Amino acid sequence: MQTNSWIPLFPEQASTFAWQVDALYFYLILISVGFTVPIVGVILYFFVRYREKEKFATGEEIHGSIALETIWSVIPFVISMTIFLGGAVVYYNQYRPPAEAMEIYVVGKQWMWKLQHSTGQREINELHIPVGRNIKLTMTTEDVLHNFYIPAFRTKADVVPGRYTTIWFNATKPGKYHLYCAEYCGLNHSGMGGWIYVMEQRDFDNWLSGNVSGQTPVQAGQDLFQNKLGCASCHEGGASQRGAKLEGIYNHEVKLASGQTVIADDEYIRNSILNPSSQIVEGYQPIMPTYKGQVTEEQLISLVAYIKSLSGGTGGSKTTTTTTGAMNSGGNTTGTSGANSNNTLVAPRADRGAANNQGSNPNAPETRSEPTNTQER
Amino acid sequence: MQNVEAINLRNIKQEPKTNYLTNGFTLKSWLLTKDHKRIAILYLITVSAFFALGGVYASFIRLELLTPNSDLLQSATYNRVFTQHGIIMVFFFLIPAIPAILGDFLIPLMIGAKDLAFPKINLLSWYFYMAGGGLTLYALLQGGVDTGWTFYTPYSTTFSNSYVMAVGLGIFINGFSSILTGLNFIVTIHTMRAPGMTWFRLPLFVWAHYATSLVMILGTPVIAITILLLALERIAKVGIFDPAIGGDPILFQHLFWFYSHPAVYIMILPGMGVISELISNFSRKKIFGYEFIAFSSIAIAVFGFLVWGHHMFVSGQSLYAGLVFSFLTMVVAVPSAIKIFNWTATLYKGSISYDTPMLYALFFIGLFLIGGLTGLFLGSIGLTVHLTDTYFIVAHFHYVMVGGQVLAYLGGLHYWWSKITGKMYSEFWSKIAAIIIFVGFNLTFFPQFILGYMGMPRRYAAYPPELQVLNIFSTAGASILAIGLIIPLIYFTYSIFFGEKAPANPWLLPGLEWRTASPPPTENFEETPIVTWEAYDFTEDSGLDLEDARNKYKVTV
Repeated sequence: MQTNSWIPLFPEQASTFAWQVDALYFYLILISVGFTVPIVGVILYFFVRYREKEKFATGEEIHGSIALETIWSVIPFVISMTIFLGGAVVYYNQYRPPAEAMEIYVVGKQWMWKLQHSTGQREINELHIPVGRNIKLTMTTEDVLHNFYIPAFRTKADVVPGRYTTIWFNATKPGKYHLYCAEYCGLNHSGMGGWIYVMEQRDFDNWLSGNVSGQTPVQAGQDLFQNKLGCASCHEGGASQRGAKLEGIYNHEVKLASGQTVIADDEYIRNSILNPSSQIVEGYQPIMPTYKGQVTEEQLISLVAYIKSLSGGTGGSKTTTTTTGAMNSGGNTTGTSGANSNNTLVAPRADRGAANNQGSNPNAPETRSEPTNTQER
Repeated sequence: MQNVEAINLRNIKQEPKTNYLTNGFTLKSWLLTKDHKRIAILYLITVSAFFALGGVYASFIRLELLTPNSDLLQSATYNRVFTQHGIIMVFFFLIPAIPAILGDFLIPLMIGAKDLAFPKINLLSWYFYMAGGGLTLYALLQGGVDTGWTFYTPYSTTFSNSYVMAVGLGIFINGFSSILTGLNFIVTIHTMRAPGMTWFRLPLFVWAHYATSLVMILGTPVIAITILLLALERIAKVGIFDPAIGGDPILFQHLFWFYSHPAVYIMILPGMGVISELISNFSRKKIFGYEFIAFSSIAIAVFGFLVWGHHMFVSGQSLYAGLVFSFLTMVVAVPSAIKIFNWTATLYKGSISYDTPMLYALFFIGLFLIGGLTGLFLGSIGLTVHLTDTYFIVAHFHYVMVGGQVLAYLGGLHYWWSKITGKMYSEFWSKIAAIIIFVGFNLTFFPQFILGYMGMPRRYAAYPPELQVLNIFSTAGASILAIGLIIPLIYFTYSIFFGEKAPANPWLLPGLEWRTASPPPTENFEETPIVTWEAYDFTEDSGLDLEDARNKYKVTV
């Protein structure tokens, strides 16, 4: 739509809440025109009607009117409240990711986007997603502020160093859409963009299976946890372990030594790794060293994903934290270990796609190539 | 205008032998002056120079965006150009323009005082401005700064290899100029009003400056502290904003916008004050709803401090914070709407003349309407997630800042030009220029609303090719706007040397500033005026011999 017309006016509507944003936009245009036209009309009329007839004539003495002042204070206030409420409703939908969502991890850095699917596939400046699925992005950055912006989905969010931010969307139309960085990030800010490829589920499955996945975030996290960083030496071992118990904590309340109670979300787990003494769990000693500077943002995401996987019943992440048979066979040993297997469900659709199409996808080894089959659709 | 001069003689006792311009010709008599009018002239010259420099940067931005690729300017240069455009326009043009030039010149005249309360501090303000501006210029010559005028951390503290600290210090020093000017205005308005000049007889220009001064005094220290913290982190590596060393980047945004949102009102409130003067005086009748306009300025100044979070809707702030800031933003729109309605009602049954300042007032209302209404788009939180950080926001704040403040400033400059210089400008060329500016402005910035909705992010040196047509419109408009802004420079300069001599009161208006010679004597009034009339009083109560003037006008025509 926007590429055909000479002057583009609206970006494509390609997410479930895009129409709501557009409806709000049209409502505001209507209000703006409804204000501007009468006011400008009245002003122009007065300009002509009350043009000076005699030099230095005095206009009529009118001091004001409480009634009029009240009317034109109350009416704009009421209208502005409708705009506020409309915006609040739309925002609520944008802000709250649905419980059931496919998770993708995003790390921004000057000047590229690194994305990883929970099935392990990595992409740079491109994201392939299936149509009609809730997608939740958990994002952070290695350096400065960035902003993940997809105009066709009418959503964006700042990507902030030192914390996780999220956005979600549900794409409604297969196609290729702009991805921009919308928060100024230095030299090549305007080059930090890419494309979102929305594909039919079948094509997405093809694409997924055609890509060498390597470790999934959960597998990578487990590897870090048990081998590379040695977290397991304190956080595993049952009754005698020195570190806090991690099984089942995700999205549950944790009682801290300070008496506070917090919800163990992604941010909490992240902070506990980087700054352990800030939130000591009740009943444990502040003996954990900080891992700040020793783990990259991507490793942190993997660790958080692994710790989340230790809490089986986390709703949406069940279906998305998947490892297919085809992927596990790719020379990866930690992924099938006992601690992980009972928390790892196999997504039937992804699995079927992998079985049916492995090796037949022409795009198989090249993660960054375009999915031609979707584009012709 | 020669007709008017004859009429005027009755209202002014006699021409003073020396006026403030002829009272001393040495450089020292200017650089060490304590006369608020001379200080205003110093500001006029230096602020205009900064405006021109900011305009040159703007031209480079628009030229670069003529084509989708970053070809005329490479990213490194482009990033510096838009940053420096923003810094110079915001801190060294928009903030001082109306208060420091017109406010300095007119507030004592309007309230019937000999000078501001602290003439030496007033001069000191100008030196702070010059020191801050000079340091900033030095930094620009050294290689400039590339952080965006918002200095967002951690880019500005840890990653940028440009002259952040020199520019930061420049803004820090310049802040004292604002604080001292605000302080001076408040004390002057409280203590130096002429006998009979009660609060509710003050011209609305003075009310607007009172509200502005409150914001200057309360807000500016916050940006000063923020810059100090930024320096502490950048130089001493104390972790305040950069999470890598234990800071919080969002904290910077809170501090920055806690000043910079109210600063928006420092930029627009004085403009609203000018427009109130123009509308009322060129309709030759009392302004409609005086108290409502006066208190709406105060309301804007107060609510302006409560809405900073609407710059941070997508920064990761909580759902509830977002909703509260969106609500308060809607509330702050109401006082602005009240002003527009009252201005419109003032025209009703007036005796409206189409002089150039009134033309600017008319254009101001049109552009401010669009600027204000698009502010509602951006205040509506569900919509702003899509719109923020795009060209929509660029277009919005240019409609408010340029369409609002710059047009008001130009309108005010034309209106009081005869008082400031004692000369009349060309009515013909000034109208032509006003129309060119209006057309050029709209052509520049209206397409940017559409670009923004299309999703073009701001601060991009390169953009997708499908957006080029709208960018060409915008650049074409900028060229027209540039021509429109150069014409006044020519006819104003011409008028100083060859212009017709201005009468004391060319439009026969009741304001106190029109009851002294043009240009005024150094002590402003030969004897302290005693005010017995309300603001904008066009009846015989005002003491102006209107009947006589009308008759004389008929004879001379």
